[in-house]
Amino acid sequence: MPVNADYVGRVFTGTSPYEVSRVKIAEFATAVHAHHPAHTDPEAAQALGYPDVIAPVTFAVVVAQRAEAEYITDPEASIDFSRVVHADERFTHHRPIHAGDVLSTAVHVDGVTERGGISMVSTRAEITDADGAPVATVRSTLAVRGE
Amino acid sequence: MSEITVANLADLPVGTELFSATVSLERLSMVKYAGASGDFNPIHWNERFAKAVGLPNVIVHGMLTMGVAASAVEEFLGDPGRVVDFGVRFTRPIPVEDPGAVEVTTVGKLGALDAAAGTARIDLTVKALDVTVLGKAQAVVRL
Repeated sequence: MPVNADYVGRVFTGTSPYEVSRVKIAEFATAVHAHHPAHTDPEAAQALGYPDVIAPVTFAVVVAQRAEAEYITDPEASIDFSRVVHADERFTHHRPIHAGDVLSTAVHVDGVTERGGISMVSTRAEITDADGAPVATVRSTLAVRGE
Repeated sequence: MSEITVANLADLPVGTELFSATVSLERLSMVKYAGASGDFNPIHWNERFAKAVGLPNVIVHGMLTMGVAASAVEEFLGDPGRVVDFGVRFTRPIPVEDPGAVEVTTVGKLGALDAAAGTARIDLTVKALDVTVLGKAQAVVRL
């Protein structure tokens, strides 16, 4: 079954807020070989003007993918995850994510298009802090192969 | 010629190579990234599953490759918070044998300067196993 194009324009906000910890930032930084001390040492982060350790550039994917699951796993969206390949990803940072942030995410379905039996599904995760201020925008395109 | 740093970026000609960084990835790298990111798709750690769906072997998470490339940019900048925008296309999967390791090399060049916005664009070439694995890899950084 093709990916449901009726979902374009829908916004998913049902995922509970994500609380960013120093431990998770350090774990992610190790995994992506991000060795800057601002990821692990609060004093090094504060010396650069940040309130606490800051997340690596691509850490927002953890927050975004957790929220995208609400859309991806919706049976009526008709996305067969075993046929999914990640096509592209883009992060726009309005400010760095830091430990202590409590982040909410709204996942917008921006596009579902067919190209030669492949559905291209574009989402945009708008991540905001506890005050509702924008933190990051994560754009992602998944390619879903047909039967 | 003086050392190339973010401080003199605005004085450099477009096209200047800024940095080159190489990391070595093995199966353990994907297991660590799966745990750190929450992406437990078995194509990244289960060889039997990966081959059953037609892949040559388990493949590196595209987001791990992107993360490693971002780390090379951070290292150059000296302040990870200066990266305001970073986008890539995932063009080629990177299979990883066991035992084995794959070197991923990120080369950054000055792509453009925007004096009014106070930003520069760094264009990245990311290669593994002699092929380019990320397309249109561009980071916009605050000067």
